[in-house]
Amino acid sequence: MSEMTIHLKIWRQARGEAKGRFVDYTVEKVLPEMSFLETLDLLNEELTRQGQQPVEFDSDCREGICGTCGLVIKGTAHGPNPKTTTCEVRMRHFRDGETITVEPFRAGPFPILKDLVVDRTAFDRIQQQGGFVAANVGSAPDGNAVPIPKLDADKAMDAASCIGCGACVAACPNASASLFVSAKISQLSYLPQGGPERGRRALLMIGQMDREGFGDCSNHGECEAVCPKEISIENIARMRREFFKGALGGHDRKAATGD
Amino acid sequence: MSKILDAKIPSGPLADKWDRHEMECPLVAPANRRKFTIIMVGTGLAGGGAAATLGELGYNVLNFCVQDTSRRAHSVAAQGGINASKNYQNDGDSVERLFYDTVKGGDYRSREANVYRLSQLSMGIIDQCVAMGVPFAREYGGTLANRSFGGVQVSRTFYARGQTGQQLLLGVYSALSRQIAAGTVKMFPRHEMLDLVVVDGKARGIVCRDLVTGEMKRYAADAVVLATGGYSPVFYLSTNAVNCSATAIWRAYKRGALFANPCYTQIHPTAIPQLGDYQSKLTLMSESLRNDGRMWVPKAPGDKRRPADIPEGERDYFLERRYPAFGNLVPRDIAARASKVECDAGKGVGNTGFAVYLDFADAIKRLGRDVVADRYGNLFTMYEEIIADDPYHTPMMIYPAPHYTMGGLWVDYNLESTIPGLFVAGEANFSDHGANRLGASALMQGCADGYFVVPRVVAGYLARGGLGKVTTEHDAFGAVEDEVRRRYDALLAVKGSRTVRDFHWDLGRVMWDKVGMDRDKAGLEAAIARIRELREAYWHDVKVPGDAADFNKQLEMAGRVADFLELGELMAMDALAREESCGGHFRAEHHTPEGEARRDDENFMHVAAWEHKGDGQAPARHVEPLVYENIEVKTRSYK
Ligand SMILES: Cc1cc2nc3c(=O)[nH]c(=O)nc-3n(C[C@H](O)[C@H](O)[C@H](O)COP(=O)(O)OP(=O)(O)OC[C@H]3O[C@@H](n4cnc5c(N)ncnc54)[C@H](O)[C@@H]3O)c2cc1C
Ligand code: SF4
Ligand code: FES
Repeated sequence: MSEMTIHLKIWRQARGEAKGRFVDYTVEKVLPEMSFLETLDLLNEELTRQGQQPVEFDSDCREGICGTCGLVIKGTAHGPNPKTTTCEVRMRHFRDGETITVEPFRAGPFPILKDLVVDRTAFDRIQQQGGFVAANVGSAPDGNAVPIPKLDADKAMDAASCIGCGACVAACPNASASLFVSAKISQLSYLPQGGPERGRRALLMIGQMDREGFGDCSNHGECEAVCPKEISIENIARMRREFFKGALGGHDRKAATGD
Repeated sequence: MSKILDAKIPSGPLADKWDRHEMECPLVAPANRRKFTIIMVGTGLAGGGAAATLGELGYNVLNFCVQDTSRRAHSVAAQGGINASKNYQNDGDSVERLFYDTVKGGDYRSREANVYRLSQLSMGIIDQCVAMGVPFAREYGGTLANRSFGGVQVSRTFYARGQTGQQLLLGVYSALSRQIAAGTVKMFPRHEMLDLVVVDGKARGIVCRDLVTGEMKRYAADAVVLATGGYSPVFYLSTNAVNCSATAIWRAYKRGALFANPCYTQIHPTAIPQLGDYQSKLTLMSESLRNDGRMWVPKAPGDKRRPADIPEGERDYFLERRYPAFGNLVPRDIAARASKVECDAGKGVGNTGFAVYLDFADAIKRLGRDVVADRYGNLFTMYEEIIADDPYHTPMMIYPAPHYTMGGLWVDYNLESTIPGLFVAGEANFSDHGANRLGASALMQGCADGYFVVPRVVAGYLARGGLGKVTTEHDAFGAVEDEVRRRYDALLAVKGSRTVRDFHWDLGRVMWDKVGMDRDKAGLEAAIARIRELREAYWHDVKVPGDAADFNKQLEMAGRVADFLELGELMAMDALAREESCGGHFRAEHHTPEGEARRDDENFMHVAAWEHKGDGQAPARHVEPLVYENIEVKTRSYK
C-alpha cells in the first residue's frame, strides 16, 4: 500500500475548438491497486474542489467489456499493457514520480468532442451497411436445427469479441478501421446464418469504411498489437477474400464504392 | 387511500393465457404502422430488442441511450448466460420447471402469469438469437452447449464464453443497425431522458438533455417505453456500469407511475471485494464460477494463514455444509447472506476480513487446467489484473456486492405502468423475479420483453385508438422542459464545497450498512433520517463545475445522484413496511431458528407499489395481492 505521486500530461480541448494542448497535473496519494480511470477520478475531484474544469473522458462498465473507454496512455492506445482496455489498466504498472501522457484516440473519422472524448459514430454507420443477419423476429427455426461445428462457432466467437473501442484505428498510421470491420465480417462468415448476405455485406461495409475517411490497411499490424480483445489480423485477410468473392459475385458495387 | 391494483391478467388456464391474449390484442394494419411514433428509452436487450422488432413491423421508433452508441448498454456486461427451458440436455427441463424454479427462486413474491409467459418465451429467444448470428457455445457435435446456474437442478443456461450479455446485445445492435438503415428506427445516442411528458393523462413524450451540447430537447410520440435498466448504483459501489441510474423511472414515478417493491435488491455473492475508498465500482465474478468453485472460510475465527497452509480439515465449506442438496449452487440471496454470516463471525479472509474463498483446486484436479481455462479464462484474467493474484493457484477472494434490482416501476400483464401509454420493460420494471432473481434470468427477461412482449402489447395499445395528435409545441412540453432546466440550473447554482461523488459515497454507505443484506427497524429508521439530511445538504452544499450548455459529466452525475437521494429513502421505507423476510429482503427481526428468511404470507403475499404524493409528502403504499393457483406455496428450502 505504498502511495505514489503521478504526473499527468493531459490533452485538453474545449468543445467546438479546433485546437487543444497538453496541460500538466500532479496527482498525489495514488495507490498501486487503483485503476487508471480512478486516478483520473481523483484528479477530477481535486480539480472540482479547486473550482477548475475537470477532465472529460468516457467510461461506463469499467471492466473491459463495453468499449466506452479509450485513451492513448504513454503513446499507446489503451496503455502499455497488452490485452487490456483503458479501464482495466492498474497503477501498479507505473512508477512513483512517473510522468504519463494521456491523449484521446486520434483519427480523422473520430472527431474530438471535448478533452479526451471522441465521436466514434462512424463505426455505427459502417455496421448499418450490413453488419447483421436479416432475420426478423418470429421466423427463426429451432436453435439446434442447423448444427455448427464447434471450431467454427469458436472462431466466430473470437471475432465477435470485438468491443468496438476504436483502439485499432487510433494505433494505425493510416487510421484504418480494417480490424474492426473485418471482425464483424469474419464472425458472420463463419456462421451458416451469415451466408446468404456474405458478399453484399463485405462490399457495403467496406464501402462505408472508405466513405467515412478511414485509411487503407497496409499491414502494419499496430491494430492487432493494441487490440484489447486479441482480434487477429488474419480477419483482415479473410475480409479481403469476402470482398473479392462479393465483387465477383456481381453484388452491388455501386453502393460499395459510393459512386 | 390505499388502492388494490389490477394486473389485468387474462383469464383462462395458465398455459393458454399468453397465446389467447396475443390473439385478442387488436392489431395495427401494416400500412398504418408508420403513422405511429414510439419513444423507446434504452438500447439494452429490452429496449433495443423492442425498438428493432417494432421497426421490423414498420413502426416509427425513436430510440435513446446515454452511451455513445447503443451497443454499450449495460446488458453488454452480463457474463454467465441466459436461461431457456429447451431441455436440450434431456435432464427433465420444461416450461413448467423453469416456471416453478423462477417462482420459488423469487420466494413466492412474483406474479404467476408473468413468470409462466417468460418461461414459454424463453425457447424462442434462443432460436431468434441463433438466427441472428449470436455465437453461442457449442458441443463438438455442433449442438448448443449448456451450463448450470444457481438455484436449479437442471442445465439450462446458454452462454457465449463469459460474454453472453455482450453477444446477445450485439445481436440486438445488429438488428437495430438494420432498422436504422431501413429508416424505421432513429437512434439518439448520448441523449439522457430527464423527464416524462404526460398529456391528458397519457404518456406522450420525453424531455432529454443532449449530453454533447447540453441542449434540452423535446420528443413527442404515441407511446413511451422505458427500458432503462436497474438502479443498483444507489449503493454507489455496485457491479453496474458507472452511468446506470434510476433517473428515467424515478422521473416517471414523480409523474404518477407507481414504483413497486423498491427494497427488493439483489446482492450478488461473488464479486471482487472492496479494496479501498477510491473505488468507482465492484467487479462481478460470474455466478457460473460456482459450478466448479467451492466456497470456504477457515473454521477458526481470525485464522490469518495463507489459504494453502490451511489443511482440509480446518476449512469450512459453509454452503455445502448448510445446504447439502444444492451446495455451492444455492440461489444468490442465500449464498450472499451465508458469506456475510461467516465474515460477521470473524472468519472472513483477506486484509479487510470481508471476503471468503472461492476455490478451484478440486475442479482443476478433476477437469484439468485447460477445461477450467476454457470455461472461465477471461474471468480469471480479470481477477488477476485487479488483485494481482493467480486463481489457478490461489483461491479467489470474493464478497457480496449490489448487483440487480428486482424492484422497479409497477406494470400490469401488458407491461403498462399506471400511466396509460407508458410501458416499462427489462430490469426497469418489477415484474418477473419476485424478491430474488435467479442467475441467467435477467437476460431472458430482457430478451422476452424486448423481442416478444413489448411489440405485441404496444401494438395493442395503439390499435385501441383514442390518441389525438400531440406535438412538442403542446404546453405540457414547455412546462416540463422549464422544470428540468430549473433543476439543472439549481444544481449548478449551489456552488457548495462537496463534490457529487462525496454525496454519492455517503449515500452508498448508508444504503449498504442499513438497507443492504440485512435490515432492521432501527437501522431503517436511522437510514431514512440520514438520507433526508444528506438530501438537504446536497441542495445546499454540492459543487458542480462547468456549464449546462456543454459536455459536462459532473452535471450528468449530479442529476442522477439527486434522484438516488430520493429513491434511497423510498427503498428504506419499503423495507421498513415489509415486516417479513423474503428473498433478497432480509429483516433481522424475521428469521427461522436456523437463520433462514421467514416469510409472512398471511400479511405480505403482495406487491407493494408506492405512489408519489408530492415532494415532502409521504408516498402512499398500495398493494397487488399475489394469487398462486398453479404452484403450491412452500417454505423455500435448498437443503
Ligand atoms: C456485471 C453484470 C453481470 C450480469 N450477468 C448476467 C448474466 O449472466 N445473466 C443474466 O441473465 N443477467 C445478468 N446480469 C443482469 C442483466 O445484465 C441486466 O439485468 C439486463 O441486461 C438489463 O437489461 P435492460 O435492457 O433492462 O437494461 P440495460 O441493458 O441496463 O440498458 C439500459 C438502457 O437504458 C439507457 N438509459 C438508462 N437511463 C436512461 C436515460 N435516463 N435516458 C436515456 N437512456 C437511458 C441506457 O443507456 C441503456 O441503453 C448481469 C448484470 C451485471 C451488472
Ligand atoms: S478490433 Fe480490437 S481494437 Fe478494434 S475496435 Fe475491436 S476490440 Fe477495439
Ligand atoms: S469502460 Fe467499458 S471497456 Fe472500459
